[in-house]
Amino acid sequence: MDISFLVVQILTGLAYGMLLFMISVGLSVIFGLMGIVNLAHGVFFVVGAYLALSVLDMGANFLVALGVAMLAMALLGVMIERFLLFRSYGNELNQVLLTFGLAFVLADVIKMIWGARLQSLPTPAVLDFSVTLAGITFPTYRLAVVLVGCIVAVVLWYLETRTRTGAIIRAGVDDREMVSALGINITLVFAGVFAFGAALAGMGGVLGGPILGMYPDMGFDILVLSLIVVVLGGLGTWKGAFVGGILVGMVQIFGQAYFPSLSLVIVFLLMAVVLLIRPSGLFGRSHAT
Amino acid sequence: MLELEDVHTYYGTSHILQGLSFSVPERKCVALLGRNGAGKTTAIHSIAGLTPPRRGSIRFMEREIAGLRPHKIARLGVGLVPQGRRIFPSLTVEENLIITNRQSPDGAENWDLTKVYELFPALRERASNMGNELSGGEQQMLAIARALMTNPRFLLMDEPSEGLAPVIIERIGDVVLRLKEAGLSILVVEQNVSLACSVADEILIMNKGRIVWRGSPKELLADEPVQHKYLGV
Ligand SMILES: Nc1ncnc2c1ncn2[C@@H]1O[C@H](COP(=O)(O)OP(=O)(O)O)[C@@H](O)[C@H]1O
Ligand SMILES: [Mg+2]
Repeated sequence: MDISFLVVQILTGLAYGMLLFMISVGLSVIFGLMGIVNLAHGVFFVVGAYLALSVLDMGANFLVALGVAMLAMALLGVMIERFLLFRSYGNELNQVLLTFGLAFVLADVIKMIWGARLQSLPTPAVLDFSVTLAGITFPTYRLAVVLVGCIVAVVLWYLETRTRTGAIIRAGVDDREMVSALGINITLVFAGVFAFGAALAGMGGVLGGPILGMYPDMGFDILVLSLIVVVLGGLGTWKGAFVGGILVGMVQIFGQAYFPSLSLVIVFLLMAVVLLIRPSGLFGRSHAT
Repeated sequence: MLELEDVHTYYGTSHILQGLSFSVPERKCVALLGRNGAGKTTAIHSIAGLTPPRRGSIRFMEREIAGLRPHKIARLGVGLVPQGRRIFPSLTVEENLIITNRQSPDGAENWDLTKVYELFPALRERASNMGNELSGGEQQMLAIARALMTNPRFLLMDEPSEGLAPVIIERIGDVVLRLKEAGLSILVVEQNVSLACSVADEILIMNKGRIVWRGSPKELLADEPVQHKYLGV
């Protein structure tokens, strides 16, 4: 086996892991805070990528497209939470039906606007080259994705541990009823977290565009993986999404390289093993208060 | 200050508060006693907006609050010290305090970190500990301090002595009296009759979702049949 192949696989796995991290953070924190599994969350990833495609077609550069897609996803997220989801609070079955239905509707909307074929985003020109180091060729764009993922992790760490808003969100994950009884408008916090989570998912979609491409039903595939990430990492923490994302990303990429037909099975096995050892996930707290 | 009139609260179809009426005058402490399951916590939660009543009226400072959302009620000046403390375990002691810090609606006594640490010096030493690393007594103090940080005019305390050692219960009693002196009106739910009698101006006893006895602490202490009948003492 060739060392340079191995290194590139690791880099690809890391980059893929970062994308999974970006999609899973929102899913995880929204679930921890509001008790909602948003099955339409995967769609944010895909819609973000398609929106960026249209913005790029208008001649904008990659960063602008990224910004527009993230803003639009934040907006879409808030609207879905405020006008649709809030009706289903406290009723899991309604939530599942509503968000799953929404995912189908949005997938069809994508088909209508952008067509059903597989498309991809062009790699931004500044990053469209490879560095060769010690005889190994690194695709720069993947390195950049890994870097951005790490920056997102640092920003989340800062928000979580160093800001009052972060403390309020942690408190909300602990006991949201008590947070509201102490005078904090928890619905506003919900809307903010939803917007932020959707924007990060959109970011993942745009950054993933040049690597993974996109197709209308991609939201479902990405949702399955991100649900695994969330369960594996533990609910309600960005750390779980980060480590879980990297693990699943690595296992997926190496699985595809060595056991192509079993790659998803291996991911499920990984999840099963982790859950056997730590039922509440790697970073999850057992909710026995 | 606070008036409940014919309040009915349900959990689904079970009718818990069945026409609860009482009032707490300004700057007074009223103790609400009763056996487990009498509906005391439901009464507290109905006032705080966590279990809104289906019928009846709850007036706070001349304003109808039944049906308002919990954070709105809190912002009018109602502080909650819940049963079982409900400290946020993944926050430090200090974070537990600062996330709720708010100016009082009228600026009576403005509580801030310095002032609550003065009242509870033990909390200052534990400032950077996580909420779940505290002893029961410390947690209770933190729960009281956390409610004070919202600068309430009115304090709802649900079994503050539950599970605590006698010396600490005594300390909690002192704190309640000190807060009443500072101008707060207080509704305290208790199982501990002697603590209730030492802090309260009036005692109410609840049974099956209604007030079944009211009187002064002296009257209650003198009335053994009532204690026996409703409190199992
Ligand atoms: N979340 C709930 N759902 C259904 N019934 C409840 C709930 N909480 C309390 N109850 C019932 O309401 C009654 C009053 O409970 P509670 O107000 O907690 O009493 P207390 O605080 O006086 O011990 C009890 O019979 C209890 O079983
Ligand atoms: Mg109770």
